[in-house]
Amino acid sequence: MLELQGIAVSPGVAIGKVLILDREGYRITRSQIDSADRSKETQRLQAAIAEASKRLDQHRQNSTITIGEHVGAIFSAHQQMLLDPSLHNEWFRLIDEHCYSAEFAISSVLTRYAQAFRRIGSAMMRERASDVRDVERTLLEALGGQPTSSTTSNQPSVVLSHDLTPSETANLDRKFVIGFCTEAGGGSSHTAIVARGLELPAVVGVGPFLHRIEKDSWIIVDGFHGRVILQPNTEVLDEFRQRIAARSSNAERLSEIRDLPAETQDGIRVSLLANIEFPNEIEACKQRGAEGVGLYRTEFLYLGSKTEPTEEQQYEAYFRVATEMHGLPVVLRTLDLGADKVAQSIAADPEMNPFLGLRSIRLSLRHPKLFRTQLRAILRAANHGDLRIMFPMITTLHELRTARMLLRQVADDLAEEGAPIPSNVPVGMMVEVPSAVLMLEHFIQEVDFISIGTNDLIQYTLAVDRCNEFVADLYAGHDPAVLKLIKQSVDVANQRGVEVSVCGEMSSTPSYALLLVGMGVRTLSAPPAALPQVKHAVRNVTLEDCQQLASRALEFSTAREVEGFLQSRFAELLPEMVLGV
Amino acid sequence: MPSRLEKVVTVTNPMGIHMRPADLLVRTASRFECRIELEKDGQIVDGRSILGILTLGATQGCEIRLVADGPDAGLALAALAELFSQGFHEFSAEIASPGNGPH
Repeated sequence: MLELQGIAVSPGVAIGKVLILDREGYRITRSQIDSADRSKETQRLQAAIAEASKRLDQHRQNSTITIGEHVGAIFSAHQQMLLDPSLHNEWFRLIDEHCYSAEFAISSVLTRYAQAFRRIGSAMMRERASDVRDVERTLLEALGGQPTSSTTSNQPSVVLSHDLTPSETANLDRKFVIGFCTEAGGGSSHTAIVARGLELPAVVGVGPFLHRIEKDSWIIVDGFHGRVILQPNTEVLDEFRQRIAARSSNAERLSEIRDLPAETQDGIRVSLLANIEFPNEIEACKQRGAEGVGLYRTEFLYLGSKTEPTEEQQYEAYFRVATEMHGLPVVLRTLDLGADKVAQSIAADPEMNPFLGLRSIRLSLRHPKLFRTQLRAILRAANHGDLRIMFPMITTLHELRTARMLLRQVADDLAEEGAPIPSNVPVGMMVEVPSAVLMLEHFIQEVDFISIGTNDLIQYTLAVDRCNEFVADLYAGHDPAVLKLIKQSVDVANQRGVEVSVCGEMSSTPSYALLLVGMGVRTLSAPPAALPQVKHAVRNVTLEDCQQLASRALEFSTAREVEGFLQSRFAELLPEMVLGV
Repeated sequence: MPSRLEKVVTVTNPMGIHMRPADLLVRTASRFECRIELEKDGQIVDGRSILGILTLGATQGCEIRLVADGPDAGLALAALAELFSQGFHEFSAEIASPGNGPH
């Protein structure tokens, strides 16, 4: 038995058999071999290298003839990589000294090279990372590997990987995957958001551990505390199974308040909406008593598919959400692609600073055809429910106006075609860039509602890449600078009588939810699974409690003081929520 | 005859040491018996390892120290240094645009 600590990103406990995936989604059946099999494994790898080299040679010859020498040269270089003596030394050493399987040795070493290339500044060098992966794929195929899609697991499994992208996470086979755990990653990555959306217990940022996994062994992933237990003994297994049972009864208690309003003890009503990524989460919204969808992250339709979704496919998804919510409001956020959410269908050039680059509304405005298709689908679906449109990452007024203009054009086109579309679809914007907060007086006159996206607001205010594990500790929602910007936005919106909600991760933490209510927020949007606890918190305090919380929190000068104060005050207000977990 | 020789060269071609030049370096180095290493800013890599050479991330203007150790060290250094001074033959030949190929 071995216990490891990582970052808890999605609550719940998963107990299952291990399933290791490599970076390309190839399933690595085992990471370790018996020491007696080492020479056999070495021979397997040698044969695979020879086979892969033969295949690359064919590619080289074919492409030289059909396309030209410059393409043939790429395969020649791939072949050179495959025959690289340093690579061979490392592979054979890992098999010989550490009993790695051939697949795992290949994947571990090449992952390291791919990372090294990504760290080198120039875009051209980062491209080499994909060459390395190409070589890896050829080798794994030569070893008889198959992509996971064709070899799904047939028992409840916990997926282990160095890292998972949001789209890989979204594509995990929910029938058998019950949780996951990665070596890399940070607490606020989109992967974490998807995991919460799918309600899969998950722990990330554990550090290197895949080499310790034995074939067919059991693992426990504790998504509440970030704990991972390899090969648990029976006592520990029993303990966790009991805990799972206790939690489900706790969840039942919380579900008793499902149909009760989120209202403070002195009668202040708070609207609790849900954040979703996929139409099939509507069921979870209903079970948790969501009063609408406050944030529908539409880009996940793109992330999950290899080709660009058609207007009809998008329409179907939006139609489903609109009708299944039975007239409750649904805020559709237009495509928020780019940075860590890269669609396979849109070729993106590697950027030096993707989070400061061509992402979100910038990407949509740069690809008007893509954007129009989505807007058409939304407007058509808006006939069937209370759909509202929200533009993400608005930084300048010009962007907002351009986006609105495109929307108007699309509406005109549809009207001309004779398609019935509603005339008054509300249009709002995300406030998640400091410039939008500073200029909100102006923005607010041109929108029907705003939603504060705390995740990006934190990232852009504190200049911290939330996916970068080296600076993840600087990423703090409770930083006084962030709180001030949120307060300022809420004040401007309330003065103007424009609806304001908060839809970042902050809304899903009960203590922060109360803080936001104290700042004047009356609409919170959070993952469905988090709604019952937020509601419980709201129902057991007064507005004055919340306002005191907010006014004190805003006086502090460091994030640490805010966090310390919030936690201790929250424990006084709602001791059962702190001790109950 | 000294077996260990060194020579400092400069990357002259505009694209730096991308895949094709690295491939060319390895192929050239493999023709000789001596050990060959490349050093840039304290990072030392094997002259027969394409991945090692690529991780140097050498761009135009970078200085690289070539170290050859063995009986044919002199010939090897001369051949490698020529590749650098000729810009890996990239100035005149049609330049393969790295990154545009199928990956």
